[in-house]
Amino acid sequence: MPILEPIRFLSPYDFYPTVLAVTLLVGILFGRGQGAARRAGEPVGWWRGLSFWLGLGLTYTVLQTQLDYLAQHMFWVHRGQHLVLHHLGPILMVLALPHTVMARAVPGRLLDGWLRPLWHHPAVQIPYRLIQHPVVAPLLFVGIIYFWLIPSVHFAAMLSVPYYNAMNWSVLVEGLLFWWLILDPRSPTNGGLGFGVRMIMVWGVMPPQILLGAYIGLSKEVLFEVYDICGRAWPLPPLVDQQLGGLLTWIPASMMSVIAALIVLRMWLRHSDTGPAAQTGTG
Amino acid sequence: MRTVHALRGAVAALAAFLIVGCAPEQDGWRLTNITGLMPELTFTLTDHTGEAATGEDFRGGPVLMYFGYTHCPDVCPTTLATVRSALGQLNNEASQVTVLFVTVDPERDTRGALSRYVNAFGPQFVGLRGKPSQLKDLTRRYRVVYNRDKPDADGDYLVAHSSALFVFDREGRPRLVARPDDDAEAIASDLSRLLADT
Repeated sequence: MPILEPIRFLSPYDFYPTVLAVTLLVGILFGRGQGAARRAGEPVGWWRGLSFWLGLGLTYTVLQTQLDYLAQHMFWVHRGQHLVLHHLGPILMVLALPHTVMARAVPGRLLDGWLRPLWHHPAVQIPYRLIQHPVVAPLLFVGIIYFWLIPSVHFAAMLSVPYYNAMNWSVLVEGLLFWWLILDPRSPTNGGLGFGVRMIMVWGVMPPQILLGAYIGLSKEVLFEVYDICGRAWPLPPLVDQQLGGLLTWIPASMMSVIAALIVLRMWLRHSDTGPAAQTGTG
Repeated sequence: MRTVHALRGAVAALAAFLIVGCAPEQDGWRLTNITGLMPELTFTLTDHTGEAATGEDFRGGPVLMYFGYTHCPDVCPTTLATVRSALGQLNNEASQVTVLFVTVDPERDTRGALSRYVNAFGPQFVGLRGKPSQLKDLTRRYRVVYNRDKPDADGDYLVAHSSALFVFDREGRPRLVARPDDDAEAIASDLSRLLADT
């Protein structure tokens, strides 16, 4: 039955209709947008397509396949799942500038009559500007990691399906918001954030993640007992599980900041004629 | 200055958010309080007498549910013995309590084996077994794990399983979970509190 194995693996463990519906909607819009762009003679670059589909595919895989079972019953797999949901998936999707592609697939009347006015409405713009404030955004980005790792909160999230979904969705949405702010290709003069500010933000979120990852990874006692109570997906000493989870929170998460910083640096050099030294504005 | 103010405000908001949290309070329970976190008791299995059994059959009194198997060398007999001792501390109220022992090894735990096993612990103990799909539905519902190890030369094998002892109230709502280090006295104390709730 080796042929059936991948199918079994890709089949949902817990079926979440919202995950499937959102993935399908986003995927169809992007795919149709790619087609429309090609017909308009402005095809989406192959790396942008690859980046988007890889990001969307990884996000879906960690949410809706048997990996979700492992993530529920192994702390380090859960941390890997969140590495994809909070860092890797959003970064890959945001780099493809998916809104510009997806907008081509939306009927003009809907886009201009409803979506654009809705987006510019104060009821959307005021909260959006608040959570995307250069001081608030990094705090939210790091705060959400800390919040779901408070042992009592983590315990509740791992037992309750609604809390579990709230955890995964909040981490994914916050990841998309934060990385969009950092990787927005617009220059400060066109509505993007100043590149210097982005650098500070992307480096600023590193130490708290290192601290948290190190604290978990180096802890001598089991912090998250829910895995002991419900059982681990396979026999692994609890502290080893926790150390691996701590390392995943610590090292690859910080690496994402380094990669993002390099991308920002490249944008910075491209956008400024006089080099980074001349651009100290805050946007 | 404005940035400093914004920073302070954001830190305060975050701290408030973290403190409020969303985990249930202990509220004086000795076992771990899980009120509101998990769905009510529902399953379709077969009991140790061969009768069909559903979760709804056990409404009306507190229910304890444990996943294990009769060949289990240590943790299952210890846990069930702790539960028996807790029931002993409840005096005549103990008859209102049901203990469900769900086997994660239905292949070896035949009706007869299960029956002998639970009868050894007392009249409130009910053995439950089911088809793999029925068992999977129940373990997924309560987010517990069981895994069959590879058999040894004699064909014997161990089954790794969760150590959780779930406690449901009269309406079948999950209220508490006991861990292996919770003693009989803690279980008895919380059970009598559940029994006192009308």
